[in-house]
Amino acid sequence: MFLLTGDLGYAALEPFREEFPDRFLNLGVAEQNLVGFAAGMALSGKIPIVYSIAAFVTLKSIEQIRNDVCYQNLNVKIVGVGSGLTYSQYGATHHSLEDIALMRVLPNMKVICPGDPLEVEGAVGAILADPGPCYLRLGAKGEPRIHQESVDFRLGKGMIIKEGKGVALIACGNILANVIEAWGYLKEQGLNPRVISMPTIKPLDENLLEDTFSKFQHIFTIEEHSLIGGLGSAVAELVAERDRKPFSFHRIALPDKFQETAGWLDYMREQNRLSSEAIAKTILEHFKM
Amino acid sequence: MFQVEISKLERHAKHIRKNMIGMVSRVKGAHLGGGLSVVEILTTLYFSVLKVDPQNPKKTDRDRLIFSKGHCANALYATLVERGFAPSSALNDYYANGKLLTGHPTRDCLPGVEVSTGSLGHGLPMGVGMAWTARYDGQPHRIFAVLSDGECDEGSTWEAIHSAGHHKLDNLVAVVDYNKIQSLGRTSEILELEPFKAKWEVFNWQVREVNGHSIEELLQVFENLPFAKGHPSVVIAHTIKGKGLPGLEDTLASHYQVPSAQELSQILEGY
Repeated sequence: MFLLTGDLGYAALEPFREEFPDRFLNLGVAEQNLVGFAAGMALSGKIPIVYSIAAFVTLKSIEQIRNDVCYQNLNVKIVGVGSGLTYSQYGATHHSLEDIALMRVLPNMKVICPGDPLEVEGAVGAILADPGPCYLRLGAKGEPRIHQESVDFRLGKGMIIKEGKGVALIACGNILANVIEAWGYLKEQGLNPRVISMPTIKPLDENLLEDTFSKFQHIFTIEEHSLIGGLGSAVAELVAERDRKPFSFHRIALPDKFQETAGWLDYMREQNRLSSEAIAKTILEHFKM
Repeated sequence: MFQVEISKLERHAKHIRKNMIGMVSRVKGAHLGGGLSVVEILTTLYFSVLKVDPQNPKKTDRDRLIFSKGHCANALYATLVERGFAPSSALNDYYANGKLLTGHPTRDCLPGVEVSTGSLGHGLPMGVGMAWTARYDGQPHRIFAVLSDGECDEGSTWEAIHSAGHHKLDNLVAVVDYNKIQSLGRTSEILELEPFKAKWEVFNWQVREVNGHSIEELLQVFENLPFAKGHPSVVIAHTIKGKGLPGLEDTLASHYQVPSAQELSQILEGY
């Protein structure tokens, strides 16, 4: 196992580098070489983990991810940090609002977007045990814990965090913390939503989703990603092909536009209706219709 | 240098050319010109330079060849067959429905095909990763990457060149099939590569230039690998696109056209 970075990871990768200096490689600001190099390592029997900012590695080196890694089905793990609006203050070039869409359309790629630090821990173990290409979508350091104790993380399996009735909220990524808070507001308003963390977007936990479709009347997906092509779209694909739809379905995500201002994460989430209050409000508005 | 060796390789090269011209003409395929320019390079490598065993194509200490100019897979397939990695009947699968011999190589489509290529600029970065890993593991095998000249327009190629030079990967050898015609015209008119040697040297590579159709020169240059310890090696091989195809040598048309059925039988007679 090797950790490869494209000159990123300050105040994050140093512990690994200190403990395993010969397994750590900074290949500089050259993402296409970074992923091609990783493919070469995997062809030589190693397990390279490629670390970069989500926007850079999924966009600049997408052809290498597609042709070198996925087409050859190599054991390369791509880790993108700063997903969604994590780097909101830096501007649109650092926002990663397309990466789930881009990665999930690639054959052989698995797409994992953990909801809290315990899910991250579980996900890392799971992707290292998987023999093929994986994309791990991370936020930032210091995110709140949602789970109480370590989770039994399985690729392709969602987790029911709150049981609930009538309304189901399906989330991926660190927006889960806001979804849990929104759940609190909704409970005060008399709703009793199920909350599901769906950290693997490809493959989706179709069994859990089917169970949800059959038992719940109002289903929402929530993600810090474009409305187009992410978790919501993936679930919508299943909804659309299901014969019976005795439920309403609605995606909560970012609009199809670039963020035009600067701002810290909480502000940007508010502006884009992804704060916990806004999520709750969107859901309640749905019932007034 | 034994003259016997050179004559033997020249016979193999002739046979490879004949099979390639037949194979690509049969399906009216593309990229014959760039395949013909790389024939002596591949012949010399597979018959005299690479430590490979057609009976054991995956043996761990083999030299690896990455055919980065994947569009000229026709040359790679014909060479692998000539070398004994597959029977000549395998060439009937070229472009064929349901068969594995795609126009650009897919890994293992034939024994001996190390890497899937086809989009230019991908081969050398993978080669750099393989070379670095081989050195890390203390393994003695070498990594060869065969590039096209047009491919040296790609930024990813230069990222790899930069990386290999920095990491002093002297188990890595690049060979550029410098036929000076890319897919819409001459390299000098589109994106001049000269001074080509200097560009590689500036990135810490050791460079040799040869006549890419002289098996003698190719043998001599490959005898001396690595050209210097602590530096990756590159052979800039001056070649002619469409070499061996009367009327199409050194033309852009050779990238796209094949002989007509009538021309073909005449040409193949000459082989």
